Amino acid sequence: MSAPVAFKPNWWARAAGLLLAVYVAYAVSRLDFTWARFVTGLDNGARFIARMLPPKIAQPDTLAKGLTESLEIAVLASFLGILISLPIGLFAARNLMPPWVSWPARASIALCRSFHPVIVAILFVKAVGFGALAGILSLVVASVGFIGKLFAEAIEEISLKQVEAVRATGAPFASLIAYGVLPQVFSRFVGFATYQLDSNLRNSTMVGIVGAGGIGGTLFAAFQRFDYDFVCAILLSIIGMIMVGEVLAQWVRGVFLERGKVDGT
Amino acid sequence: MSAVAREWKRFTAGERAARYTVYVAIVAAIVASARTVEIIPEFLYDAPEQMRDLLQRMWPIAFYHYRGGVHDALMDTLHIASLGTILAVLMAVPVGLCAAHAIVPNRAVNYAAKLVLVSSRSVNSLVWALLFVAVFGPGALAGTLAIAFRSIGFVGKLFGEALEESKSGTIEALQAAGVPWLSVLSKGYWPQVEPAFWSIALFRWDINVRESAVLGLVGAGGIGMALDTALNLFQWDRVAMVLFAIFCVVVIAEITVTQIRKKII
Repeated sequence: MSAPVAFKPNWWARAAGLLLAVYVAYAVSRLDFTWARFVTGLDNGARFIARMLPPKIAQPDTLAKGLTESLEIAVLASFLGILISLPIGLFAARNLMPPWVSWPARASIALCRSFHPVIVAILFVKAVGFGALAGILSLVVASVGFIGKLFAEAIEEISLKQVEAVRATGAPFASLIAYGVLPQVFSRFVGFATYQLDSNLRNSTMVGIVGAGGIGGTLFAAFQRFDYDFVCAILLSIIGMIMVGEVLAQWVRGVFLERGKVDGT
Repeated sequence: MSAVAREWKRFTAGERAARYTVYVAIVAAIVASARTVEIIPEFLYDAPEQMRDLLQRMWPIAFYHYRGGVHDALMDTLHIASLGTILAVLMAVPVGLCAAHAIVPNRAVNYAAKLVLVSSRSVNSLVWALLFVAVFGPGALAGTLAIAFRSIGFVGKLFGEALEESKSGTIEALQAAGVPWLSVLSKGYWPQVEPAFWSIALFRWDINVRESAVLGLVGAGGIGMALDTALNLFQWDRVAMVLFAIFCVVVIAEITVTQIRKKII
């Protein structure tokens, strides 16, 4: 007689684990990963890091100009993207709109979401030429895809009682939205907007790789010239900018979301 | 008898000042960006015509190209995304454990782990790809590592938060029974965080499928390489084929993930 087993072995989980291991082995062999390549790479990596340090700002003007342009792209793209995604998100909310309005809106949001901003940027570079405009437009598309979806979901989750109450007073549709719907979703909307500004700031540093303006172009060019110390300086400044942006976004969220105090004076 | 004159205000003076500061800063940022950003108006007037030209060149989509040039690259992309996610999860779990104060009650270790997570997240996956291409040479290895390193921060942060939120009842019971810490993890914490864990991993896999599609633009393997080749040769019908393939894969991945998440949550 054996002792009772406290935790029975879960054969399904073990089989799944085995399957995962088989998949990893297959994928590794298919993608041609070998130990030799990895070891050579580590050697390269050491040399690479040695060349990156110390970081050197080779072209301060280009760096400053690229960073400013990235910032401008992020600000304008967030502004326009939020402006456009407000109506689209409203149209996509299935509890307020008939299906013939919500489905096209949902489809366009899904289309905006399906491509990475850098791919969209390629198409806009072809359409409007090299420069910041292509970057702005591609990030507008990304913002519409993200905020439109979340905004529509937030509206679908609101309580309809307040909407009914406003409707019962005979208020027109615009007032219904302004007084019945928006106050319920405003705080979540601030969260989405700050998150999107943050995300646009990150992506605006990347769209330059395909020629859509911002610091990405400078970064890619420095990489191709093997100016690794300048690359390091650019990367550090990008990280710095993103972190400052994150702190600011946190502060803005604090300003708008921490309430609960209703003062009568 | 007159009613007592009382004025009700929703926010304190400080709150209002903070809000107006944010509003003014937003408007100032938008105006400043719009005034200084470099946009060439001629390019903008030209855009509709260029867009029509682009769509004409993209049509008909070169479906014949799928078997020869797209299928293999597409499968590579999926393997890069999956392997990258698996690798990221393997690395993120220990870091996430170290970041959770409930598990490692040492502030220094917590902050070190959080620093790792933050730095992983603040570098874009395209930048990780550039770095790994410089180290390991062009190919899927660089792409997989880029995906993995970018995902550590995301998975580790969310996993660490899930750990922090788990209830202490079972854990204290296990500790009181003198169970070794590995068993506390596997029988106390794991059952509580398991749904969150799978949902985080799947969510990141979905994001990684999108991201791995662009890594090829900087030489890190996958379908982005096929896209880059087609773009450089101005074969827009093939570009359309690649974009169509990416679109299908992204949509299928999203539907799969949503279905699985519905089952496990």
